[in-house]
Amino acid sequence: MAIFADSSTRVVIQGITGRDGSFHTRQMIEYGTAVVAGVTPGKGGQLFGEKVPVFDTVEKAVQEEGANASVIYVPAAFAGSAICEAADSGVELVVCISEGIPVLDMLRATRYVADRGVRLIGPNCPGMISPGKAKLGIIPGQIVEEGPVGVVSRSGTLTYEVVWALTRAGLGQSSCIGIGGDPVIGTNFIDCLDAFENDPQTEGIVLIGEIGGTDEQNAARYIKEKMSKPVVGFVAGQTAPPGRRMGHAGAIISGSSGTAEEKISTFKENGVEVAERPIDMPDIVKRAMNG
Amino acid sequence: MNIHEYQAKEVFRQHGIPVPPGEVARTPEEAEKIAAKYGTGVVVKAQVHAGGRGKAGGVKLAATPKEAREAADKILGMEIKGLTVKVVLVSPAEDIEHEAYLGAIVDRSTGSVVLMASPEGGIDIEEVAAKTPELIYKETVDPRYGLLAHQASRLAYKLYAGDTSRARQAADIIQKLYASMLGAGASLLEINPLITTKSGELKAIDAKMNIDDNELFRRKEIAELRDTESEAEEEVEARAQGLTYIKLDGEVGCCVNGAGLAMATMDLVKYYGGEPANFLDIGGSSSPEKVVTALRIITSDPGVKSILFNIFGGITRCDDVANGIVEATGQIDLEVPITIRLTGTNEEEAVEILEAAGFSAMTDMDEAVQKSVELAKN
Repeated sequence: MAIFADSSTRVVIQGITGRDGSFHTRQMIEYGTAVVAGVTPGKGGQLFGEKVPVFDTVEKAVQEEGANASVIYVPAAFAGSAICEAADSGVELVVCISEGIPVLDMLRATRYVADRGVRLIGPNCPGMISPGKAKLGIIPGQIVEEGPVGVVSRSGTLTYEVVWALTRAGLGQSSCIGIGGDPVIGTNFIDCLDAFENDPQTEGIVLIGEIGGTDEQNAARYIKEKMSKPVVGFVAGQTAPPGRRMGHAGAIISGSSGTAEEKISTFKENGVEVAERPIDMPDIVKRAMNG
Repeated sequence: MNIHEYQAKEVFRQHGIPVPPGEVARTPEEAEKIAAKYGTGVVVKAQVHAGGRGKAGGVKLAATPKEAREAADKILGMEIKGLTVKVVLVSPAEDIEHEAYLGAIVDRSTGSVVLMASPEGGIDIEEVAAKTPELIYKETVDPRYGLLAHQASRLAYKLYAGDTSRARQAADIIQKLYASMLGAGASLLEINPLITTKSGELKAIDAKMNIDDNELFRRKEIAELRDTESEAEEEVEARAQGLTYIKLDGEVGCCVNGAGLAMATMDLVKYYGGEPANFLDIGGSSSPEKVVTALRIITSDPGVKSILFNIFGGITRCDDVANGIVEATGQIDLEVPITIRLTGTNEEEAVEILEAAGFSAMTDMDEAVQKSVELAKN
């Protein structure tokens, strides 16, 4: 098992012929992901890498190749619409890697996707990987290992850092989900926690948050009320100044709300252990899973 | 991106929100001329991206053109929260009967635009939220339908219960506020205060607007409103190169790929007893040129005593970063020690490149951070 995607996932890539899309499609195929189709309007009928058929629309990719998940690499200006197209074409899962999408576009897209019962991961995220089964996005395959730890994070490279530390410590992962650094996203921490709770492979969960918003605080309360599996937290941005956007559009302290301090103390109040440094994570996770 | 009050008022004006006239002045003489033209008492207001302008003395009433000149003379050049005032807005003074608050934000938790109103205007809305949260009224806009007329009306009647004349004006302003938000690509808008004049008219006499940076590529006219004079020079240069740089006051210059890892690296600097000098994310696909710019920006900060590179190669190739470091140090005289940590994609090639150029590289983040903090202290 794993969450959201496994070896039965059949992936269509939106933006397969672009610079980022083509590079990461090759990496996904190399990892063993079933990439069954690509979409670039105007390039329908071509073959990508001599094997993967390219279509003009996502609907066609679903009809012809049975795609059930989409990964989006199109530029920000078209990404909101690409998300809606995917959700309207019969896939169950949409992973949007694109960054820089206007938040007003995302307000509509997240609602459109939810109305159709489709799961959206992202945008502005590294995607997800279920080690040994499928990689939907850009998380490097060589740093993960199949195992019992579920990872969910708002970040990209910080996630890699933590995952790599887990792998080196002999702690493999069930699935690693990058939910994205934007203020308005599809799947949130609680959705992932709930899925990990119900996934038999997952025995413990690592949650990597950062400044801005209240998702971590909500997750902390959810963990106390609903989770039987241990969760270990980390929050980046203790040295971030208020009012500044720290790279991620969502990583901003507004007034006195959304600080790392507030998030860490909410975790602790709700009995969630918080790692001070990324490197401390493996030992705490081991202890939590054995306790 | 923040825009100034006078710019936000112009956006409001274009959308039909009643805003008093006003012109900007960069010298006391210009302020005097503008005041003479209006022929009434005026208010002279500092145009800086900082809250609390009134408390800082950045807003002054002037009864005559001469007083307007004196007020502008005091305000221009003044520092408010570290920002120098270069422009003032001169507007006719209004007779104020009542002050209310109107706002619109993108609410992260509901994934919707939320409109807010309060009869307690003229003070910081966070203060109202803390003291009398029951006096803040809200309407959540369903993005499928947009703001519906009854929502605007309901909010307006909460604000001015029993006063249909003002409630109708307010409902109209609320609709136009929402239209301004969509029109300008804003993530936050505030009218504080929305005044009632002695004759019963509503007017927006202050305006605050934050634009979603992600909107700028498709709104050239809004992007042009950016006041680069009010930003640190390095931040402007970084943005031009596609880097995100935020200057802080510490001594360890940080250059990291990825925003989350950059924040975590800064936190580690603090953990080991140092202070980060900046946030700098060189982004995903890092070309050597980006690294050159990054290093130039970091070294231009005289507070930097030691530089730390922390790269986790995923899409970013470690050899690209290594080439950039070698290239940059060939162009810039490095006066401070540099600590390099790289791991991941093409790590071996990177180490070879760096060692051939006389640098050493580490693979452990904590060791590298500790070392850079120690070096900053020597």
